[in-house]
Amino acid sequence: MRHHLILRVITKLLVGTIVLFAFYVQFHGDFSPGGGFQAGVIMAVAFIIYGIVFGLEKVQQVFPPWLVHKMLALGVLIYAATGIVSLFGGMHYLDYGVFSPHHPEHGQHWGILIVEFGVGVTVTGVMVAVYYAFASRPPRMSDEEW
Amino acid sequence: MITALAVVRVTSLFATAMFSGVFSLLSAVLFVGLDAVDVAFTEAAVGAGISTVLVLGTLALTSRHEKPSKASPVVPLFVVLVTGAALVYGTMDMPNIGSDTSPAQTHVSPDYLERSVHEIGVPNVVTAILASYRGYDTLGETAVVFTAGIGVLLLISGLRRRREDDNESEEEGGTS
Amino acid sequence: MDSSTTWEFFVGHVSYWLFIVLMMTGLYIVVAKGNFVKKIVGLNIFQTSVFMLYISIGKVDGGTAPIYPVDLNIDPDVVYSNPLPHVLILTAIVVGIATTALGLALIVRIREEFGSIEEDDIVEIEQGIARDENERYRNATGNRA
Repeated sequence: MRHHLILRVITKLLVGTIVLFAFYVQFHGDFSPGGGFQAGVIMAVAFIIYGIVFGLEKVQQVFPPWLVHKMLALGVLIYAATGIVSLFGGMHYLDYGVFSPHHPEHGQHWGILIVEFGVGVTVTGVMVAVYYAFASRPPRMSDEEW
Repeated sequence: MITALAVVRVTSLFATAMFSGVFSLLSAVLFVGLDAVDVAFTEAAVGAGISTVLVLGTLALTSRHEKPSKASPVVPLFVVLVTGAALVYGTMDMPNIGSDTSPAQTHVSPDYLERSVHEIGVPNVVTAILASYRGYDTLGETAVVFTAGIGVLLLISGLRRRREDDNESEEEGGTS
Repeated sequence: MDSSTTWEFFVGHVSYWLFIVLMMTGLYIVVAKGNFVKKIVGLNIFQTSVFMLYISIGKVDGGTAPIYPVDLNIDPDVVYSNPLPHVLILTAIVVGIATTALGLALIVRIREEFGSIEEDDIVEIEQGIARDENERYRNATGNRA
């Protein structure tokens, strides 16, 4: 898509905004609609739109596949490790009260933030990895055929 | 509704993908109408965004047009009508939409709505239930998403770095 | 049953019936169409209409989205819709896209193996393969089978 000037400029403007919005949705999820799942998808959309307009090589320089593959597993690990931390704190698995023994509410707040972060990381990783997998196959038809 | 019917008729797969995106967006609007803002948000991002991109990516790798099916549509139509009639019969016992005395409204959910204020202290009840009360569930869902991602990687990205030689010879055999 | 309760029943249920019609549209696409991509799209339509049915169960008349004010001063007069279906469907959507991606990946592989994504073609090819194998087996056993 080398020839689409408008698309390229608008994409450059949009990508930053989309990433910012993803972080907002991620960490503001307790107060407004949103959370890890949505934030992960929006974050992935930022990389996908960049990849579509500027080409796969460019986006893979920014966000290399090995990092994506690590993120896939890292998110689930963050989630599961949260549960194990609360086990060590003498509470039930995934009982977030452990993060702040005197104010269980604050602990819940922290726990939800951490867990949602784990979810977000995994979802971003999966969506970007799936996009890379589809896009890195040699296409069967050229752009003009569409 | 109309878009879904359009998907049935259109044979160009490109148009199918676009219609399914429009359908997702419209259903997101419906979810807002039903007070499910979180769900609407997800549906708009996932259904209209990612899944359209994925279907288009698949089309680029396969083919653009559908061949008209030779089988007659009578049998599927019969199956569909019978199933639909059974489901409609099932809804006869359901409470009216929006009724606040239905079983779904009276058992667990008031409990969640009341307790989450002082137990969790998070304004968005959906997030509170998702991450805290049903934390096991969400852990499981994350694991499912993770597994599906790994599955896609195994199927079509083929872990090229490790087995460069094997794959290349395979591909030569496949495309020739 | 007098006419006003009948009307109430109709209005209360007509949306369920619309969702069921949508569901059946999806099912029809899955069953009747031979193209695999179309089948996946049909499955998506089916899935989304199930979500609609599920969310509509959680709707309360005059209710609002289950999000409290930030200071948690809850006005007892405000009715909130049932948050539980929202939670279940939220995760279901994301799992749904993940499985859709898996299905599409399978389609790409099928296309590479068989050169087609039409069900009819693939059945034909598979029957051809089975016939060849039978032939070979018969030859190997010396026509005794």
